[in-house]
Amino acid sequence: MGEILLDVNDLKTRFRSRGKLIHAVNGVSFHVNRGETLGVVGESGCGKSVTMLSLLQLLPPAAQIESGTALFNRQDLIKMNFRQIQKVRGGKVGMIFQDPMTCLNPVLKIGDQVGEALIYHRRVTKEVALARAIELLRLVGIPDPEQRVKDYPHQFSGGMRQRAMIAMALACEPDLIIADEPTTALDVTIQAQIVELVKDLRDRLGVAIIWITHDLSLVAGLADRIMVMYAGLIVEEAKTEDIFDDPRHPYTLGLLSALPAFQAEKKVRRLASIPGSPPDLRAQPISCPFVPRCPFAFERCHSEVPVLMPIKGGEGSGHRIACFADTREWRAKA
Amino acid sequence: MNTNTQPLIRAVNLVKYFPVRLGAYGEKKAIVHAVDKVSFEIHQGETLGLVGESGCGKSTAGYSLLQLHRPTSGKCYYREIDLTALSEKELRPYRQKIQIIFQDPYSTLNPRMTIGAALAEPILAHKLAAKETVMTRVITLLNDVGLTEKTVNRYPHEFSGGQRQRICIARSLACEPEFIVCDEPISALDVSIQAQIINLMQDLQEKYSLTYLFIAHDLSVVKHICNRVGVMYLGRMAEMGEKEQIFAEPKHPYTRALLSAVPVPNPHIEKTRKRQVLGGDVPSAIEPPGGCHFHPRCPIADEKCKAVVPEWRQMGDGRWVACHKV
Repeated sequence: MGEILLDVNDLKTRFRSRGKLIHAVNGVSFHVNRGETLGVVGESGCGKSVTMLSLLQLLPPAAQIESGTALFNRQDLIKMNFRQIQKVRGGKVGMIFQDPMTCLNPVLKIGDQVGEALIYHRRVTKEVALARAIELLRLVGIPDPEQRVKDYPHQFSGGMRQRAMIAMALACEPDLIIADEPTTALDVTIQAQIVELVKDLRDRLGVAIIWITHDLSLVAGLADRIMVMYAGLIVEEAKTEDIFDDPRHPYTLGLLSALPAFQAEKKVRRLASIPGSPPDLRAQPISCPFVPRCPFAFERCHSEVPVLMPIKGGEGSGHRIACFADTREWRAKA
Repeated sequence: MNTNTQPLIRAVNLVKYFPVRLGAYGEKKAIVHAVDKVSFEIHQGETLGLVGESGCGKSTAGYSLLQLHRPTSGKCYYREIDLTALSEKELRPYRQKIQIIFQDPYSTLNPRMTIGAALAEPILAHKLAAKETVMTRVITLLNDVGLTEKTVNRYPHEFSGGQRQRICIARSLACEPEFIVCDEPISALDVSIQAQIINLMQDLQEKYSLTYLFIAHDLSVVKHICNRVGVMYLGRMAEMGEKEQIFAEPKHPYTRALLSAVPVPNPHIEKTRKRQVLGGDVPSAIEPPGGCHFHPRCPIADEKCKAVVPEWRQMGDGRWVACHKV
């Protein structure tokens, strides 16, 4: 721990749509330490997936990285050419996507797909790759892996496909795994299986994880640090405990109080909801994007975009928010 | 809840099988046991939650209750009137009293109809208002769900997901129903919007004394909104009881595993608590395991569980359980 593995600075990504620009990611800066788990939380369209896809240059043709650097092992991922980034994808950085059905090739055997990265990155023989694939499938808890490597994806259930995806991501012993809503398509009991598996693998292999989700409670037990995104910006970043015990940004406060499970302990009848809906990303932001929905907003919020700054009195804790209002003072008054 | 009065809705041994064809050319016939002898009652003004994993038959149970597809066997009563014995024509007057809200607000609204027309249609079809006066009723409905009267002439694509779900709720209210099946009404919405819709549904329930069957896979939402909860597994009911009983002291091993699988939004609890993680997957509903459907994944199953279907019986504290071990 402590050594910085990935350092992203002022990343901006735009989409071109019908002649207009969509500001999907508006200057995002964050870092991931070696062996650390970072939870990225936000609603759909807040730019959490686009940020991670930008890092690996996996964006669709309509998107374009406007500026920013992403140092991974001191090399800038954004500036890499195709051959260099190919070495990183699947080699140093593994990726797990939301929908395991569409990510696996339906006409290739599971064993071939899991071993493929090894043949490409490590130049091993087919036999070695297959033996390693069996080992990996056993590692992710697939019963009878010697037989199952010969199966096709449609013979696997949703949970097993996601396990196979994890095995693929782990194949080349990466330093970092990016998991983009890996359990959203799964049932709760299967989600619990996958979360426990990832926790166990992380502790044994010491791999760093970026876990993207819209469910704050899911990352409560999983992440070391949490980053909350809204409208293409990071609005709050802190240690997991600090996010839940001492949330500072009005959006994080709103998200937490909108969780029925979080409120259940307090026995409230009405949930606190965030009024309105997420903003349109077609305009370049000139004010804080949360202003129309924010109960704490004052004049300054309408004319300036807040930047991510350490909170007052907590400079050493790594707790940063992008907000002009001190919500803690407000809450104390109320 | 007032258990001495007659229930508003009663399902007795509800069964729904779907015939399917398997194999590359559809040469094999098989039966999906979607709902298998499910019984429950819902009283006026209460909310019954129905939870379970995908494919456990919770939506099918809701649809069968409304006669959206006819149950294979079993009876559904609305105020002691057997809906399964009625023809489509005879059912029509009851249709306005029992309504549904679907999961996906995008595909349930006709893209070519204005919001006003979509809301007026069921009112006119049931002759609850004349053509001249129907718009005042539509505007009342829109105000009820927190939309302004300006929306009347707009089309569904102009609205966000949360607003569309409000419109769907308004439409289900159009015929002044008593009972609404809510089939995962908030699953397709963003977290911050979900809370708005839950609050709206609770307000409307109070205002019009509605009765809900709330189908969901999100247990924390069910815990918030429901009075009683039924847990389903592979077409059968596993446990049903008052919300406090089920969440504080689950008896059925599946209920326990399901509750344990839900993440708690508290890092201090979450990092130390021991989870009971179920192994394996939900078996196929085409060939469900014999005896208790849950026995291949159950941590306490024995020989009896493999052979004998557990009886659906009432416990001393009023809850219903189907398990040999409790």
